[in-house]
Amino acid sequence: MIKIQNVSKVFNAGRPNEFTALSTVSLGISLQDVTVFKGPSGSGKTTLLSLIGCMARPTSGRIFIDNREITSLPERFLTEIRRTTFGFIFQRFNLLAGFTALENVMAPAMPTGEKYSSLRKRSLDILGMLDLDHKADSKSEWLSGGEAQRVAIARSLINNPSIIIADEPTAHLDAKLSAEFLAIMEILKKEGKTLVIASHDPLICDSPIASRIIEIRNGEIADNSAQP
Amino acid sequence: MRLSTLFIGINAALVAAAFSLVVHAHVCTKNASLADARTAELVRDYGLTDLAVFTEANYTRHPTMTDLNTPFQDSPMSLEHFPSGSLLQPPSHVVEPYAKKY
Amino acid sequence: MPKSIERQLHLIDFTVGSILRRKGKNGALLFVYALVVFILASVLFFTRSLRNEAASVLANSPEIIVQRTLTGRCQFIPIGYADSLRTIRGVLSIKPRLWGYYYDGGFGANYTIMVPLDDTMKQGTIAIGSAIAKLRKSLLGDIIPFTGYDGNAQTFTVAKIIDHESALVSADLILMSEMDYRAMSGVPSGFATDLVLTVRNPREYATIAEKITRVLPDTRPIVKSEILRTYDAVFSWRAGIVLLLFAGTVLSFFIFSFDKATGLSAEERKEIGILKAIGWETSDVLAMKFWEGLAISLMAFCLGVLFGYVHVFFGAGFLFAPVLKGWSTLYPSFSLTPNINAGDMLALFFLSVVPYTIATIAPAWRIATIDPDSVMRS
Repeated sequence: MIKIQNVSKVFNAGRPNEFTALSTVSLGISLQDVTVFKGPSGSGKTTLLSLIGCMARPTSGRIFIDNREITSLPERFLTEIRRTTFGFIFQRFNLLAGFTALENVMAPAMPTGEKYSSLRKRSLDILGMLDLDHKADSKSEWLSGGEAQRVAIARSLINNPSIIIADEPTAHLDAKLSAEFLAIMEILKKEGKTLVIASHDPLICDSPIASRIIEIRNGEIADNSAQP
Repeated sequence: MRLSTLFIGINAALVAAAFSLVVHAHVCTKNASLADARTAELVRDYGLTDLAVFTEANYTRHPTMTDLNTPFQDSPMSLEHFPSGSLLQPPSHVVEPYAKKY
Repeated sequence: MPKSIERQLHLIDFTVGSILRRKGKNGALLFVYALVVFILASVLFFTRSLRNEAASVLANSPEIIVQRTLTGRCQFIPIGYADSLRTIRGVLSIKPRLWGYYYDGGFGANYTIMVPLDDTMKQGTIAIGSAIAKLRKSLLGDIIPFTGYDGNAQTFTVAKIIDHESALVSADLILMSEMDYRAMSGVPSGFATDLVLTVRNPREYATIAEKITRVLPDTRPIVKSEILRTYDAVFSWRAGIVLLLFAGTVLSFFIFSFDKATGLSAEERKEIGILKAIGWETSDVLAMKFWEGLAISLMAFCLGVLFGYVHVFFGAGFLFAPVLKGWSTLYPSFSLTPNINAGDMLALFFLSVVPYTIATIAPAWRIATIDPDSVMRS
């Protein structure tokens, strides 16, 4: 269970462009479920995702993952947790330019010092699972939209995370690719992974795999969402 | 081939080559001592005092034997108009004794 | 293989991939960097070798030379002055030295004509230096004419060509017998160009030199240590062109480092942001940047030193020839003894590799410590 207690995030505190992205958000996310944060852009979905995924610290409030508080951990431990527990799929994929698909998939695991041959094999296996092994040595700039999406998904899986976080994954995809994305998510759910997705795409919100939809508006949870 | 292997390989080769220079220099120095000894004998027999490096004019040829006025021939501020003047300043034993006086 | 080493290897994989991504820019940088190291290494090798050679060869120079000066200029010294000098305690022997210059208009060359200290040349013959033989294309047995001080022609047969291995001291020398030289140059008998003294105790050079000036006030003694000191200063980094070169090199390295240190391109920032977002720690990013700086600077250093060595010791420093030769027509072949000085190389290493590597890490520091969520919002 991921518990979020009274979390607020304020950017540029004390300066003229001060901006409150989230204010006193409290909720619980069950593991091995698919949770969707729904809301318009600017509502704070991305901020909430980054806080859950140990990418930033809240201005106030606490976050627990499996009863372990992560908000007070030093950066090194935070990075360790982020690397082993979470896999990220970004809105614009954010693949490393100039590197091949295989290198992109291997990248998150490089600092772990895993043996090169085993890391390479695992990466190829994941790419194979997503029907991309024939594109392993293609530079990321030369991949099509759908292929880049799958490389981004493969990259998020390399460290065997239990929680996958996706930020507006279908924002730049057509209906066909969006459907493909959902199909892959279904497979991951069946494997027992927790999925946290931020999206205002009805295709995702209305999908059968979405166990729970939480509405976020202006940095707060809308009234009709479930309680922790 | 893994890029890091290539990187380490190339750099190891370069560093090894650099160290081989040290060995080469050491070997050559040992071999050259004979030629040096012969040259030194020449210096002793002929009574030489200077290297034959700046042969462009008779007053640049023997820097150790220069008169005081040689470096300042045309005017006190014009030290040299030969290229060798930018490589070798007036020897201290020419300039110092007079500089000390004042 | 332990994890820590494997981790570094992964980071190096990534770094080299990153460098190869911009082959042109990094290639140019490597080339220019190596060129600067090459020039500086060449100068260091050349000057140190030359100074070593000078020191070892001129160690056999005359111990004290006594010249006579009138009106601030050098004059012939009466050989009779030797009698006064003999009274100085510590002086072992005194020999007259005869030498002078001869300008050969036909070849535009300045010769140094000398009589060997023990007058070992046969009359009518000369020995010539290797550069003269090369310039005039002379062979043994050739006859060379000179114009005497009185306008009369004098001819001499080449009996010996001095080995080019001694060219550094003998390239422009012509040796002849005393009688021939006096006849040609007009130096009157009873006079010599200068006097050469040998001394019992080398530590007494200064004392004896002082006594000489007291006994013979119109003379100027030149001591061996002064001769050696003069050539120690040749090509010294404090002098003229070499100073300019050093200053230029230091400036170059600072420019390289400054260019790196003043920040990363937007591309590099994005790359670091992504790396942090996917799980790289600050230390991983900095380690990668370290390898990047080291890769370029270490390669540039090694290449520069290697080519510098080859240039100086296999190529006789040919790039320096125009500077050194000046307007001379007689020029010794610089077959210098290869020599590497640890201090010089260490200094060069710390001047080139260290600042650049640090400069590569510095700007990344700020970027590497920002929160990874920045990439999510961009």
